Amino acid sequence: MNKKFIDSLFNAFLPIIAVLLALLIGAVILLLIGANPIQAYGALINGAFGNKHALANTIVKATPLLLVGLGIAIAFRSGVINIGGEGQMILGALSATIFGLAFPNGPAIIIVPLALIMGFIGGAFWGGIPGYLKAKFNVNEILSTIMMNAIAVQLMNFLLRGVLIDKNQMGAALIPQTPRLNRAYDLPRLVPTRLHLGAAIAIGLAILVYILLWRTSLGYRIRAVGLNAFASRYAGISIDRTFILSMMLSGAFCGLAGAIQIYGLNHRMVTDGTAVGFTGSAGFNGIVAALFGQLHPIGIIPSSFFFGALLVGAGKLQRVSQVPAALITTLNGLIVIFVVSSEIWRKRRARKRAIEQAVVKKASPDIIENEAR
Amino acid sequence: MLSQLLDITVITGILASMIRLATPYIYAAIGETFGQKSGVLNLGVDGVMLISAFTSYYIVLQTGNLFLAMLVTIIIGAIMGLLMALISVTLHAEQGISGIGIFLFGLGLSDLLFQKLVGTAKPITGFQDIAIPVLSKIPILGEVLFKHSLLVYGAYILIPIAWFVLNKTTFGLNIRAVGENPAAADSLGVNVALVRYKTLIIGGILSAIAGASLSIALLNVFQQNLTNGLGFIAVALVYFGAWRPFYVLLGSLIFSFVNALQVWIQVLGIPIPSDIAVMMPYVLTLLVLVISAGKTRAPTALTKPYERNE
Repeated sequence: MNKKFIDSLFNAFLPIIAVLLALLIGAVILLLIGANPIQAYGALINGAFGNKHALANTIVKATPLLLVGLGIAIAFRSGVINIGGEGQMILGALSATIFGLAFPNGPAIIIVPLALIMGFIGGAFWGGIPGYLKAKFNVNEILSTIMMNAIAVQLMNFLLRGVLIDKNQMGAALIPQTPRLNRAYDLPRLVPTRLHLGAAIAIGLAILVYILLWRTSLGYRIRAVGLNAFASRYAGISIDRTFILSMMLSGAFCGLAGAIQIYGLNHRMVTDGTAVGFTGSAGFNGIVAALFGQLHPIGIIPSSFFFGALLVGAGKLQRVSQVPAALITTLNGLIVIFVVSSEIWRKRRARKRAIEQAVVKKASPDIIENEAR
Repeated sequence: MLSQLLDITVITGILASMIRLATPYIYAAIGETFGQKSGVLNLGVDGVMLISAFTSYYIVLQTGNLFLAMLVTIIIGAIMGLLMALISVTLHAEQGISGIGIFLFGLGLSDLLFQKLVGTAKPITGFQDIAIPVLSKIPILGEVLFKHSLLVYGAYILIPIAWFVLNKTTFGLNIRAVGENPAAADSLGVNVALVRYKTLIIGGILSAIAGASLSIALLNVFQQNLTNGLGFIAVALVYFGAWRPFYVLLGSLIFSFVNALQVWIQVLGIPIPSDIAVMMPYVLTLLVLVISAGKTRAPTALTKPYERNE
């Protein structure tokens, strides 16, 4: 059999093994807290796929994961680690909501696309700042994006408690939320469930990101810088510009995830004071989905579907087995750890192959090293 | 309104809060300094803190035994440090991302156990303030510096110890050598992996103490995501402090001063929107990162796994 085929099979299996290991440790945790793992995982699967509404909810949950995952993949491909998905989602949602509130009675066919573009821009702005700081001042992007997350949350709280608050509420204490957007602006439902157009947009964009990364010169630059920034500089690629651009694009997709969350699902912005209250941790879980999809736009589609299923199933799990949904966050953490730890076997195989080929070609050792990377 | 801030009791209060609030940052950031000096970026600090914060809280809630809680905290920290070392040193995993994995694991597990074992937050009796005889009687200074709990004093004693270990011992020399040029250190017979295992275990233990200091000394309670990103800020403080213990202390103090000020501004009802006040420490950290980034140099081998070319 073809060695290359075996290798790609091996690479595809590594993440699956990572998930199985995580689920196994999850089973041990379940046993320790006195729950039946088989019953619990059964409830989880049932909750995620049991009927058409469950399935629709899974896809609805997967949509922001896919969009954030695409953004994360773009950044990671250029060697920039974007942990700022949460903040970028919030900024995207804020921009899109403000736009929709500013033009309350326009034609939906024009306003909604523009609002989503505003979300895209809002996210790009919030992602661009850490990109710029990395390029110009060499500020570690992991830390700056985390700070930007915290700042975004407070900005959201400030705006929703202040200028954006819905003044036509009943009751003495006003909930920090905006007025509801015009019903005409709701993204159309695809089937009579909660499934909205956002899922289709996200899948379409996954294909576009694939084309961007592998069929355009910008995508080539992004991947080249990620593989070897030094060599790219010698090839005449501006590292700084690539960092900024990829962070802007990365933030843009996260921002769009936030905007679609508003127009497809919530139809108004509400805050409980935390980021999770709005994002449901999609900014972090999108990282998990991206890694699990091997940072490949098409791979992230099934991957985000899988993690969407875990999240939706967790709700059922909580009701049936009294197991807190926090189990899923724990499992996600384990999956990340296992996926990044298993990389070493993929690299070792790649190196072994390169050496084998080089022996055949009688190539020099430098080439062996380069091909191994 | 602002004149209220200049009142002597308010100033004393703000400064005493500053000293107290800096405690978890100091433990976590000094622990992180050890790891980074040896070339490993450990971003899982927040996750380790959450696990140890819950565990120590739970032990005190059940037994009231602070000593037992600290013992278990240290064991948990060592195990988490060992885990990070296994992932990043032995398995060469991308450090930034594996740290996020440990963070999510700790965030989820601590929340899961809290909901399952405790449910609603019950306050506990943690470490009590110990007024140091004579010194605590000094006006203002006594109140600010010498009326704190054991874990607070411990943080400030840790700073000179960390400085001494990093700069004046063979172990410290090995740490720095491994962080700057692992190949050279290796050729001189230093076991690169072993040094990194040790620094990460030290870091794990100190992160765990940082978590416990929150739940059983400062706040005496646990809730979901108790740390609220404190561990990540500790990592930022290491950059700010340019990998030197005393500068890390300075960073921790500035950060907790802004935090304490922010709390007092709200207590006094000074009309600055609370959301903006809460935002300030993060904006400050970001600015500090920008300012310090140009002037300092990270350990050369930071985030790079070491592999012998054989």
